[in-house]
Amino acid sequence: MHLTVGLAQLYPKIGDVAANLKEHLAQIEAAKAHGVQLLLFPELSLTGYNLQDLVYEVALQPTAENPTFRQLLEASGDYDMDLMVGFVDTDRRARYFIAAAYLSRGEVVHVHRKVYLPTYTLFDEGRYFAWGDSVRAFETRFGRFGMLICEDFWHASPPYLLWLDRADVFLFHSASPGRGLDASDRLSSARWVQLVNQAYASLFTSYVLHCNRVGYEDGLNFWGGSTIIDPDGEIVCAAPMHEPALCIQTIDLNQIRRTRARLPLLRDERTALTARELARIIQESHDFRL
Amino acid sequence: MVTTLVQAQRRVDVDALLRINTDLATKIIVGFIRDAVTKAGYTRAVLGLSGGIDSALVAFLAARALGAENVLAVRMPYRTSSEASLTDAQLVIDQLGLPSLTIEITPMVQPLIDLFPEMDSVRKGNIMARQRMIVLYDQSAAWRGLVIGTSNKTEVLLGYSTLFGDSAAALQPIGDLYKTQVRQLARALGVPQSILDKAPSADLWAGQTDEGELGYTYDEVDRLLYLLVDGRYTVEEAAAQGFDLAFVERVWRRVRMNHFKRTMPNVAKLSRRSVGHDFLYLRDWSG
Repeated sequence: MHLTVGLAQLYPKIGDVAANLKEHLAQIEAAKAHGVQLLLFPELSLTGYNLQDLVYEVALQPTAENPTFRQLLEASGDYDMDLMVGFVDTDRRARYFIAAAYLSRGEVVHVHRKVYLPTYTLFDEGRYFAWGDSVRAFETRFGRFGMLICEDFWHASPPYLLWLDRADVFLFHSASPGRGLDASDRLSSARWVQLVNQAYASLFTSYVLHCNRVGYEDGLNFWGGSTIIDPDGEIVCAAPMHEPALCIQTIDLNQIRRTRARLPLLRDERTALTARELARIIQESHDFRL
Repeated sequence: MVTTLVQAQRRVDVDALLRINTDLATKIIVGFIRDAVTKAGYTRAVLGLSGGIDSALVAFLAARALGAENVLAVRMPYRTSSEASLTDAQLVIDQLGLPSLTIEITPMVQPLIDLFPEMDSVRKGNIMARQRMIVLYDQSAAWRGLVIGTSNKTEVLLGYSTLFGDSAAALQPIGDLYKTQVRQLARALGVPQSILDKAPSADLWAGQTDEGELGYTYDEVDRLLYLLVDGRYTVEEAAAQGFDLAFVERVWRRVRMNHFKRTMPNVAKLSRRSVGHDFLYLRDWSG
């Protein structure tokens, strides 16, 4: 089975949902001309990243009652294109989450709320956002997928959980600020993300689709470099660094089966052993983080 | 036969860590300048061109970002400024084809300086730096361009600058590059050789040099600052990398004593929501 994927590596305007929605619809239309069936947008693609006190102004609920989401849902139906979009989710109790929604044929199929909120060095997400409390794979018309947001996949456990929850395609998106200029032709943050994404694709013999944003917010640059990595850990598509791009690639989902015939890591995974040892570790540990 | 491989622990090669990919740095900074200027609703920029390497580099970067015709270079000599500074600034203007102005600041600052015959060179230098700021911000309004700063990371950390003088700007494109990295980038972008070769100087009096005034070289202090700031080394850990402990302590103290130049003035908090404390928006919010 083949799937034509698009990575919309765009530059969201901080706090301007209307302008960003317009750009999303333009990207959807451009992607349709190339037969895209699944289009990924970056983290917080509808709002911009470092929102600070704008969080409360741009938050929305991902339903057809919301005018912004209604237009995206209609587009997913009209263009017959599944979408992963980033937004600020709010519940009815005034809690705010960084979230990703998967839309298909006019329906919200799944919403993932960011579990790990970086609150260190230049990051301050924990000041504004509540953390999500689940990591779940979900069924799509193309297979079983899982979504994670930026810091979620800087930790090893969320991708591992998605794998055990039967996801075969990992949809990652981020708003990753560039840092670590040295003699290399890529920033160290870009090298690190690419390294771990290749590791996840290899370890889980799965596809990893990663969409990162570009542009600037105050002095921060966002490095782009969105990638599609196949189940052998090879990069099959890489968008340019630091420039807006719409990166389109048709992938062969049958490669998952072929790779797993060669390398049956999933077959041999000792999930019950992991759970048993984790339970013991938690019971024996005095570490409050567990 | 078994080979035993024992490797001695090596000192950190800080020179290697300070080396930058100049193409990547150029791409990010040029994008940053273009973005910051257009986001604020402008197409043009103004900068003071001293004849030194920092402002020359920023002129090269700004010309790439905005087009040379959109970057106004202002030379602002004082009566003791060296002729070489003016000549070197002119080289940059000519090489890039920048629109330029030369505005002598002596008649503006001299009346104040003459009021206080005992005035030391630090006070005079600060007056000149602040006068240049006034000229640049006036040209900002006249030319409709943003004032681009030319501070580098070394001088920002050491506080080797005049508050509200040379540190005043709408954006700081090279504020995260150490002086030694500024040199690498300037060389790569084709800044004239005479500017690359000469000793850095604020040019406030004849024979003044930065390194003479600071008491150490940029090569030396950049290596140390890289460890302390970027590498998060403690003072003792940095000294263990081959620096004299007294030197490390002196530099770190200087960084701390000048922190007020790197922050906004503190606001006495009284209300539930206060500017400077919890009224938090990006600068780009206004753009």
